[in-house]
Amino acid sequence: MDQQPFDMKNVQLPKINPKMVTAIVFALLALSFISSLWFTVAPEEVGVVLRFGEYTRTVNPGLNFKMPFGVEEVIKVPVERQLKLEFGFRSSTPGVRTRYANTKYQEESLLLTGDLNAAEVEWIVQFRIKDPYQYLFRVRNAEQTFRDINEAIMRGIVGDRTVDEVITFGRQEVADAVKVKIQELCDQYELGIKVDQVVLQDANAPGPVQSAFNEVNEAEQEKEKLINQAKSEYNKIIPRARGIAEKTIQEAQGYALARVNRARGEASKFDSIFAEYSKAKEVTRQRIYLETMNDVLQNVGRKLITDESAAGILPLFQFEKGVK
Amino acid sequence: MDKAKPLIAAGIIFFMFIIAYSSAYVVHETEQVIITQFGKPIGDPIATPGIHFKIPIVQEANFFDKRFLEWDGDPNQVPTKDKRFIWVDTYARWRIKDPLLFFQRVQDERRAQSRLDDMLDGETRNAIAKHLLVEIVRSTNRQPELPEGSAEGELAVELQKIKIGREEITRSIVAAAAPRTLELGIELLDLRFKRINYVEEVQKKIYERMITERKRIADKFRSEGQGLAFRILGDKERELKKIESGAYRTAQEIIGKADAEATAIYAAAYNKNDESREFYQFLKTMETYKTTMSEKDWLILSTKGSFFKYLQDMSGN
Repeated sequence: MDQQPFDMKNVQLPKINPKMVTAIVFALLALSFISSLWFTVAPEEVGVVLRFGEYTRTVNPGLNFKMPFGVEEVIKVPVERQLKLEFGFRSSTPGVRTRYANTKYQEESLLLTGDLNAAEVEWIVQFRIKDPYQYLFRVRNAEQTFRDINEAIMRGIVGDRTVDEVITFGRQEVADAVKVKIQELCDQYELGIKVDQVVLQDANAPGPVQSAFNEVNEAEQEKEKLINQAKSEYNKIIPRARGIAEKTIQEAQGYALARVNRARGEASKFDSIFAEYSKAKEVTRQRIYLETMNDVLQNVGRKLITDESAAGILPLFQFEKGVK
Repeated sequence: MDKAKPLIAAGIIFFMFIIAYSSAYVVHETEQVIITQFGKPIGDPIATPGIHFKIPIVQEANFFDKRFLEWDGDPNQVPTKDKRFIWVDTYARWRIKDPLLFFQRVQDERRAQSRLDDMLDGETRNAIAKHLLVEIVRSTNRQPELPEGSAEGELAVELQKIKIGREEITRSIVAAAAPRTLELGIELLDLRFKRINYVEEVQKKIYERMITERKRIADKFRSEGQGLAFRILGDKERELKKIESGAYRTAQEIIGKADAEATAIYAAAYNKNDESREFYQFLKTMETYKTTMSEKDWLILSTKGSFFKYLQDMSGN
């Protein structure tokens, strides 16, 4: 089916009523007038109102009114919120502790120490805007000024301390001293900022030197270990030796007792026999002799009885062997 | 003529707007104004914020910032008095104190920054060249705190004493530059070293020094550990010998005394008189015969022995 082509001649513009246009324009003007009359201030903010560039008043959070059409201007300043600046590093996501590699910010973080060494220090400052008028109107680029103050002061304080103080036991002291001085300068520069806290994050020996610093810790631990090993060796050997010594002495005492008792026993036995012997000497002597010979001759395997008239013994020895 | 009237009216209204617009100006809280008439400054500077009026077209309002403004020094290698090269990055804060003078001398901020560069960089270089590195880094003669624990006492380092410190040096720079900036209508509020760093070759040497220093401390710990360990082991040896030899001596004494006592007892029994001695010898020998002769032994006996005296003859001759 063929449709009729769109013909420009047949298009008719809607009739424009001048009165309607004026009404619409006035309505728009009225709306913009009313909307420029009021504004809201969030709970952590205040509103600083300028009239023709002149400061007139500060308004509190909530619904507020001002003169329209640029006569009065409002600047909102967060005075209740605690703000934070980072030095030597940047958090990659707010609230998460992961950080960008600090090689990017090494110029910010590498500081000279008082013993002419160097340290890498990362820190944050937490602050609030306590005087919005000063913050807005006394210093151009207040945040950059505050950053410069932080860097200069931190370097000044660290420059008066040894590298060991900065990276280990003096950290809190450094943070406290820095906070005091930063506040002093903020007041001097009329920044209107109140410093809540300065917190040192990582404070380390510079990268290339780090392993040497670790070596010191390891050496200290090694020293402890060597000493403990020696002590335990001592404790292993000495008490045992004492025990053995005790045992040796007691064994000797045992031997002594046995020896003396045996001597006493034998002496007493001899005394008894001797007393009996004294009563009948010859008979006793013979008896003992014969008893002994009885036992001996029974036990001995080979006996040879010679006479002084006998010639030689040797052939008899040979003979004996054959008999076996 | 009728057709021209609305046009003329519009033209007049338009003209009036221009006049009105040109006769008022707004001074912001952050601004101060000098009125110039045909280029020549008129009257005092106007620093009160708000709306003000002037002769339109003929007079012009020149705006200047009333706030503390930034100045950042060009980071630069500067030698110290002891010939160390360091990177110095300074910052300063200043403001236009006398806008009239400022307008006459430098006219605008861009030129002012350039003049400040010359003055402040120059003064900074001078100050650094006149002082030792340690004086630029340190501010006070504070001595380092000693850490708790004697182990760390190794690391305590004496900080070099200085006659003049960082703070004083920067203050001297400000004092030297301030009169010259005042001539430009500029008040210098403060100047500080934002960053000081070693030049790269110097930094390498510094790191080497730090490494050898730490290694020295580490070696000291290790040798101390070994020394103390050896001492303890030596004590152990000595104590061991003492215990062992003491026990040995005591044992020997006890045994000796016991042997002596036993000997005395035997002697008392066997050595009473000649008879007892002889009898003892006889008895002992008999016992020895019994125990020493065994199956394996040969025994050669003579007929002369008293055992065999009855073998040859009944009467024993």
